[in-house]
Amino acid sequence: MIAAELLRPFEFEFFRNGLVVATMAGALCGLVGVYVVLKGMSYIGHGLSHAIFGGFAASTLLGINFLLGAGAWGVASALMINGVTRRRVIRSDAAIGVITTASFALGLALFAFFDGEGGSFDAALFGSILGVGTQDVIAIAVVSVLASTLVFLRYRALLFTTFDPEVAEVSGVNTARMDALLMLVLAGSILATMKILGVTLIAAALVIPPAVARMLTTSFSRMLWMSSAIGACCGFVGMNLSYHLDVQSGPTIVLVAATMFAVVFMATGPLGRGRNRDLRPARAG
Amino acid sequence: MSADPLVSLRGVTCRYASEDVLADVDLAVAEGQFVGVVGPSGSGKTTLLRAVAGSMRPVRGSVTRRPGLRVAYVPQVETIDWSFPVTVAQCVLMARVHDRLWPWTSAAERSAVSEILARLDIEHLHDRHIRELSGGQQQRVFIARAMLGEPDLLLLDEPTSGVDVRLRHEILHLLDDLSARGLAILLTTHDLNGIAAHLPHVVCLNRTVLGAGRPADVLTPDILERTYGASMQVLEHGGMPVVVDSFSHRHAPAREHAHDHPDRSLT
Repeated sequence: MIAAELLRPFEFEFFRNGLVVATMAGALCGLVGVYVVLKGMSYIGHGLSHAIFGGFAASTLLGINFLLGAGAWGVASALMINGVTRRRVIRSDAAIGVITTASFALGLALFAFFDGEGGSFDAALFGSILGVGTQDVIAIAVVSVLASTLVFLRYRALLFTTFDPEVAEVSGVNTARMDALLMLVLAGSILATMKILGVTLIAAALVIPPAVARMLTTSFSRMLWMSSAIGACCGFVGMNLSYHLDVQSGPTIVLVAATMFAVVFMATGPLGRGRNRDLRPARAG
Repeated sequence: MSADPLVSLRGVTCRYASEDVLADVDLAVAEGQFVGVVGPSGSGKTTLLRAVAGSMRPVRGSVTRRPGLRVAYVPQVETIDWSFPVTVAQCVLMARVHDRLWPWTSAAERSAVSEILARLDIEHLHDRHIRELSGGQQQRVFIARAMLGEPDLLLLDEPTSGVDVRLRHEILHLLDDLSARGLAILLTTHDLNGIAAHLPHVVCLNRTVLGAGRPADVLTPDILERTYGASMQVLEHGGMPVVVDSFSHRHAPAREHAHDHPDRSLT
């Protein structure tokens, strides 16, 4: 009886698509999020998702393909943020704040000015299972393959750049290119997961799974696959709960992830907290 | 300096925003040479290392490196994120960033890492997380990473900063050993007396080079005053200069004997 109820949504194609996309979105954000968290780029991830909202609004209202319109906008925003951050003329958080909030505000203004549809506006902000189609499954699959390929083939260079960018550069790693690639993958991930997670909640999907994984391991390679697995798990469970509780997909997935964080935080106790405490160890003589 | 240096800087000026951090610097490091750079905070020591390493481009002047020169850089430990999830072996292996396309480690790489860790007496720390190490062990890990790249020139940014006397000597002895095996080393430090005791060549820097040569020739009251902007006393002990870190005695005559002033602290 309970099993039948749990399996009932699988009869619907929109749910199956949504579930696949949510699971892959969780895994993708978990994977990319490891670099976002360890490089201290959480604010960039948060800002970039808001910046892409401007492109989403423009492409929706102008009738342009969402992935192309918002994609071009996202890539431009990512490269702009990366460029401003590297130049260090003004503090990076201020620069990101200017670029991303301006883009987000433009999206809001476009929706208001052209009297955009409320449904797609809410879906963009908070995520929705409705309207997830085969195109979205393909988009997220393509971005996931590209991100995984980049992480696999440039594993060492990305690790070195993330841990110690200055020495990596001296050692011959093109850190500017690595940072730009990472920003592009981040933009692609946000773009591909925006429909299901929503602009305002993508940052949580990027940050929580790596934070949970970090509490469970001190190895970078293990953190990569654990974060992806945790993200996928949150996406799968969150999407099912979203259907049964009749709550939007984005908030449900994030709440599942936040619950997992709380459980692991309490379970690992001082060990987990010690691993995440950013303190220099006492120098022994 | 050798006629065929590993790296030479001629009239190098480096700038952050509109401020010259280095101005008209001439410096050469020869094969096997062990050079220490001293100067006050903000004098351009780290920028000099970056210019030598190639991560900072001068706005004027030239940096010439011997073709095929392999440079390794050991950053200040204060710049490291110690909560980053890497073990000692993973950290050291970063030096082999270009060797393989695949993420996993080859048997040859594992063997090379073990060998370099054994050489620096930290093989037993192989699988430890980097934050679980003492200050000296951390410094050795980063030297091991640099050494794994088989460099011709090793650059170290303040390797003795914030460590106690015993550890300071341990690190400098280790570098002495590496230098004796033919490795060229250029390091920056605030430790004037450590440098005088261990290094054959010293450079005094404050935006530009104010003195370069043997410690006995360079660590003089005149050059130190021009470098640090304050008068400093230099005593002589066992044929080595000893710099006294006590400005209350700034007018006392230089080149006294150390045991005449047992109350003074030494830098």
